[in-house]
Amino acid sequence: MAILKTEDLTYIYSAGTPFEKTAVDHVNLEIESNQMIGVIGHTGSGKSTLMQHFNGLLQPTSGKIYLEQRDIWADKSRLREVRFQVGLVFQYPEYQLFEETVYKDIAFGVRNMGLNETEIRERVLETAQMLGIEKDLLERSPFALSGGQKRRTAIAGVMAMRPKILVLDEPCAGLDPKGRNIMLRQIRDYQKKTGSTVLLVSHSMEDVAEFTEKLLVMSHAKLFCYEDTKLVFRKSEELKELGLRIPQIASVMQALRKNGYDLPEDLYTVEQAKQAVLYLLQNSRNDQINRREDGSSC
Amino acid sequence: MENNINNIMIRAEHLWFRYPSDTEISGNATENNWILKDISLKIQKGSFTAILGHNGSGKSTLAKHMNAILIPEKGDLFVAGMNTREEKNLFTIRQKAGMVFQNPDNQIVASIVEEDVAFAPENLGVPPAEIRRRVDDALKAVRMYEYRHHAPSQLSGGQKQRVAIAGVIAMQPDCIILDEPTAMLDPQGRQEVMETILKLNREQGITIILITHYMEEAALAERVVVIDNGEMILDNTPAKVFSQMERMKALGLDVPQVTELAWELNRAGFQISPEILTEPECIAALEKLL
Amino acid sequence: MLKDITLGQYFPVDSVIHKLDPRFKIIDTLIFIVMLFSGNYIWNLLAGTIFVILVQGLSKIPFRMSVKSIQPIFPVLVFTAILNLAFIDTGETLWSWKFLKITEGGLQTSIFMICRIILLITGSSLLTYTTSPILLTDAIESLLSPLKKIKFPVHEMAMMMSIALRFIPTLIEETDKIMAAQKARGAMLDNGKLLDRVKAMIPILIPLFVSAFRRAEELATAMECRCYQGGEGRTRLRQLQATGKDYCSLTICLLFLIIVILLNCIYN
Repeated sequence: MAILKTEDLTYIYSAGTPFEKTAVDHVNLEIESNQMIGVIGHTGSGKSTLMQHFNGLLQPTSGKIYLEQRDIWADKSRLREVRFQVGLVFQYPEYQLFEETVYKDIAFGVRNMGLNETEIRERVLETAQMLGIEKDLLERSPFALSGGQKRRTAIAGVMAMRPKILVLDEPCAGLDPKGRNIMLRQIRDYQKKTGSTVLLVSHSMEDVAEFTEKLLVMSHAKLFCYEDTKLVFRKSEELKELGLRIPQIASVMQALRKNGYDLPEDLYTVEQAKQAVLYLLQNSRNDQINRREDGSSC
Repeated sequence: MENNINNIMIRAEHLWFRYPSDTEISGNATENNWILKDISLKIQKGSFTAILGHNGSGKSTLAKHMNAILIPEKGDLFVAGMNTREEKNLFTIRQKAGMVFQNPDNQIVASIVEEDVAFAPENLGVPPAEIRRRVDDALKAVRMYEYRHHAPSQLSGGQKQRVAIAGVIAMQPDCIILDEPTAMLDPQGRQEVMETILKLNREQGITIILITHYMEEAALAERVVVIDNGEMILDNTPAKVFSQMERMKALGLDVPQVTELAWELNRAGFQISPEILTEPECIAALEKLL
Repeated sequence: MLKDITLGQYFPVDSVIHKLDPRFKIIDTLIFIVMLFSGNYIWNLLAGTIFVILVQGLSKIPFRMSVKSIQPIFPVLVFTAILNLAFIDTGETLWSWKFLKITEGGLQTSIFMICRIILLITGSSLLTYTTSPILLTDAIESLLSPLKKIKFPVHEMAMMMSIALRFIPTLIEETDKIMAAQKARGAMLDNGKLLDRVKAMIPILIPLFVSAFRRAEELATAMECRCYQGGEGRTRLRQLQATGKDYCSLTICLLFLIIVILLNCIYN
């Protein structure tokens, strides 16, 4: 069942001025619970604006958003509750840190929820552990941490609220390859452990190919598609027209398929490609051996 | 064979560096404090070198030496034959080896594009008519001439970064050092910046030193230098560097997906070279194999 | 949204006034102010009105813009009027109630003062409407350059002003982002008592300061890399050059001033 639903969601920036711009155009979506979803689209495609509607930071110009069947704008006094249920982590979230200690900063959101100290402590410690923030860092100033640790502290602050939906806008921007990989694994583990829905906004097709089950593709303020990751990557030509590409390995495999090689569809990670090519090579080697054996028996 | 001294843009000789405050804080100057350890490196004029390394490996610190923002504690660094230690060389070095940083917002000084590009020539005391010519040329070289009257806040990340590059070109440098210029950009912005860099290298013969986290960008260079824990540990062509897949992963780096696939197949005992960097190369190699 | 606040008041259209040398525009404005305050007579107001209407027409600035410029000082106008009405006790009494008394003199003075303030604001707004903040900075630097002789840091001041102008949009955008991020963590920014609201600003202000310092540091390095070494030996791309039109504008302003002073002497 859908946990979050939008109905003809439309948002117009600076409506009624010469700078008027439709950022989200009649988007209809149904997002299920317990999923890892990738959000892709060109800069300016409206994906960030759409995400800011999910937790009520922006109010739609027209259309509706339902969180668990409840219109989030029906009762404005409950909007803050919506923000606890739909967590939003912005790009470069480390720039929002402000508390004296890492612990206090992670606790900020949870404290705003009105939990008691024991619960706060539990949440903070558990989340810190999930993101690999060591215990002795918790009493340090967040400003004294390394870039990667700052980023984790900021993400932990939102994760600790245990939102039903967590939106992360480019959580790996600026990290090095190893840092990216660890971060994405931690996010996936968080998703598995909490059974929540995670929306991962990313420019890296390789990352979404490896870490997501479904893809939400935005283009020119409209929803281009929302379906299984592998189905999206089948549309390589259409994606190219949107200024998007598919993972390097997927495009190599598709080229080979086009050239008549008997490879299965939907190969978009190196591991999948390796297995498929090895299988093909093993078969042809067996064929050769069989043929040679056939020849010798004659 | 000794390289002709005139063809060397940048030469580091047994360069050691640590931040002075580190020794003060810890009180003891142990070996761990060194951010750069015994770096010796020669970069040819007109070449395109990529420097790789994980966060905190020391690669940005090395870049800052090439612009005399930092001075080695031991050893020397020469830019076009000038030692960065010598105060009198400071402005000539900075003019010859320009630097572009990660965050485009924090290196644009003026509130109009052309004014910003003019900033360096103004500092160098270039006559106004000559500044005008240089600004126009620099903006055309990065394809931002039409935006010369725009405010930086009206531009995309990739456009801002191109303006920053133009601001350096206006000094008429022989070399540009770019410290993760694409880290904050979207794929389109990254492509714009990479195209600009390649064009400057090929058409104007400007030496390029590119520090990056993106393996696809490093694959475009002629030479890849890998720095880990302050030491230079790999220095070769991109194909040779990336084909050492296991080593790269152990260093916290990555390799292009096609290289990884070729490496895996090679290890499984098939006749395929792991020195593959691009999609067409990979397709051709696999077709040969299958 | 904070982003919608326009920076400065510059209204970019193409007009004679826009094209004038900003240095001359500043001097012209100063002369205009001197003229307004050179006497308490009807001539000052009359000349001021003619001057504002003339410049307004030439500058192609819409009339509503000038009206808009008065809006923020409306409370000041009311305050001035009340003060003058209440405390000036000359001429015939027009109205009185207990100890309050409005006299003819008071009424006259308050109308006069209101007109003068309106003219002052509309007139000087025309300067900022027709000159971009950057040009204004350049002009101030140029006009103050004689102060360099007494070691006044004119160049540094102008550089600081222009960097501030450059970073205002960036910091506004940043404030927007930080506010959104803290709201997403349940921060309440726009309700509660005054003390609560001040407290609620901490999560916004601290990150903003931290970021401003980081930017300043990075910018300083970037400027050094581009051979910045202070104002000494620096040339400029944009040269301020006075033309016949600029001298013409100066002459007209001076004429206004002289005529007003003469009229004041002759008729009063």
